[in-house]
Amino acid sequence: MNAASDTGTAMVDRPPLPERTWTRQRIAGHLIMGLWVLLGVGLVWFLVASWDTELFKKYAPGYVSGLGVTLALVGISIVIGAIISVPVAYARMSKNPVLSGLAYAYVYFFRGTPLLAQTFLVYYGVGSFKAELDAVGLWSFFREAFNCAIFAFSLNTAAYQAEMLRGAIESVPRGQWEGAASLGLHKMQTMWKIILPQAAIVALRPYGNEVILMVKGSAIVAIITVYDLMGITRLTYARTFDFQSYIWAAIIYLIIVEILRRAIDWVERRITKHLKR
Amino acid sequence: MQNMWTLLSWGPQGWLDDIAYGVFITVSLALATLPVGLAVGFLAALAKQSSEPSLRLAGDIYTTIFRGLPELLTLFVVFYGAQIGIQKIVQVFAPGTTIEVNSFISGMVALGAVFSAYASEVFLSAFRAIPKGQYEGGYAIGLSSGQTMRLVVLPQLIRIALPGLANLWLILLKDTALVSAIGLTDILRQAGVAARVTKHAFLFFSVATLIYLVLAIISSFGINAIERAVSRQDVRR
Repeated sequence: MNAASDTGTAMVDRPPLPERTWTRQRIAGHLIMGLWVLLGVGLVWFLVASWDTELFKKYAPGYVSGLGVTLALVGISIVIGAIISVPVAYARMSKNPVLSGLAYAYVYFFRGTPLLAQTFLVYYGVGSFKAELDAVGLWSFFREAFNCAIFAFSLNTAAYQAEMLRGAIESVPRGQWEGAASLGLHKMQTMWKIILPQAAIVALRPYGNEVILMVKGSAIVAIITVYDLMGITRLTYARTFDFQSYIWAAIIYLIIVEILRRAIDWVERRITKHLKR
Repeated sequence: MQNMWTLLSWGPQGWLDDIAYGVFITVSLALATLPVGLAVGFLAALAKQSSEPSLRLAGDIYTTIFRGLPELLTLFVVFYGAQIGIQKIVQVFAPGTTIEVNSFISGMVALGAVFSAYASEVFLSAFRAIPKGQYEGGYAIGLSSGQTMRLVVLPQLIRIALPGLANLWLILLKDTALVSAIGLTDILRQAGVAARVTKHAFLFFSVATLIYLVLAIISSFGINAIERAVSRQDVRR
């Protein structure tokens, strides 16, 4: 017996589901999916047909080290950027017009110009100050393309992270500050124990997107001769003229980005558990 | 430094004319990509909000790929992939000929694909912000689904999507810098040439960076004007 008769209401037959017809949308959907499948099969076929164990043995270690360079570059830049972003966000929120103006100019400059141009400015432009840098002993640091990339990326991501931090902190209502003050907590305690935990929920998604953008953006260091994943790919292509070198790189990048996206979703579900009913 | 002003002057001595040409290329690439990206992005959003599962899946695959790949990699794949593909096709008909793929078109295709993948997400969230009653109202007064879309939904959609699209335009403008890597003579490439010839790398890359900044500032003025015009329309209704 089903639930309907238990509660005493009259049994009503559900109308049959309307038969699915071949609408224009359905045809279009199947056609496009067919194209995707064809493309996917073609790709797999291409990779299988051009498989060469010798080639794989020769170049696969390069890809692994390239992946390591990419992850190191992104990791270091994000951490340094996070450290720089704190004073920048503080300055941006301060009531002193000079301080907040300077912070605004910094953020505007780094968000308004291409990362590639900033990287070129550091990598090629630093040569113009060779004598000065030599005097303070920094020349050996800036001679390495990897360090230049770290320098440019850190300053760039610091600008983005400062804005996220500011937005997240300002999203916490004023009453939270006032409530903490009336309980006798001083400013640092309020910030650390009351404001930041609430701001973290707001900031998580933008921060995660920033990490993904950095992973994708870091590909440009290949142009300034750093052998990250993209750099190794270009090198492999230049040596073998085998297009599968790019396909492999694409697959690896897609996997990294998908893993990051899933991880962010998971963390977000975890830290917003108390908000769900 | 008189030397610096000579370098930045117009004419055979200076590099200003070359850099101006680069600005022209950058701006025209961005402007040429915009309508393509908007149109494809809108179609992808339509697919992703349709009731047909296969269409939704197809749209999702498109966005996942082009949002997940680095822009530079997309550019290289389009540039070299098209080169190889077209070469193979041409070989069948006329063996021995070589084909050069236009880097402007490659840049347009690659940047357009990336732009449209992001734009489709913006359009999708705008679609979700429009209540179902708007469609039902449209059908109730006898409009066809195409008319409802064009006359009822689209005007509201554009207004909601505008801030997100404006953001994407600024990103597109910055992404055009990548085409210098496939040999298109944009701002950054011209600055690089000038830097190599004159050995004043810092000067020329600073100029290039500042030009991008100026383009961004001009864009945000334009965007503000458009947003004001659109919101004025909103009040009048």
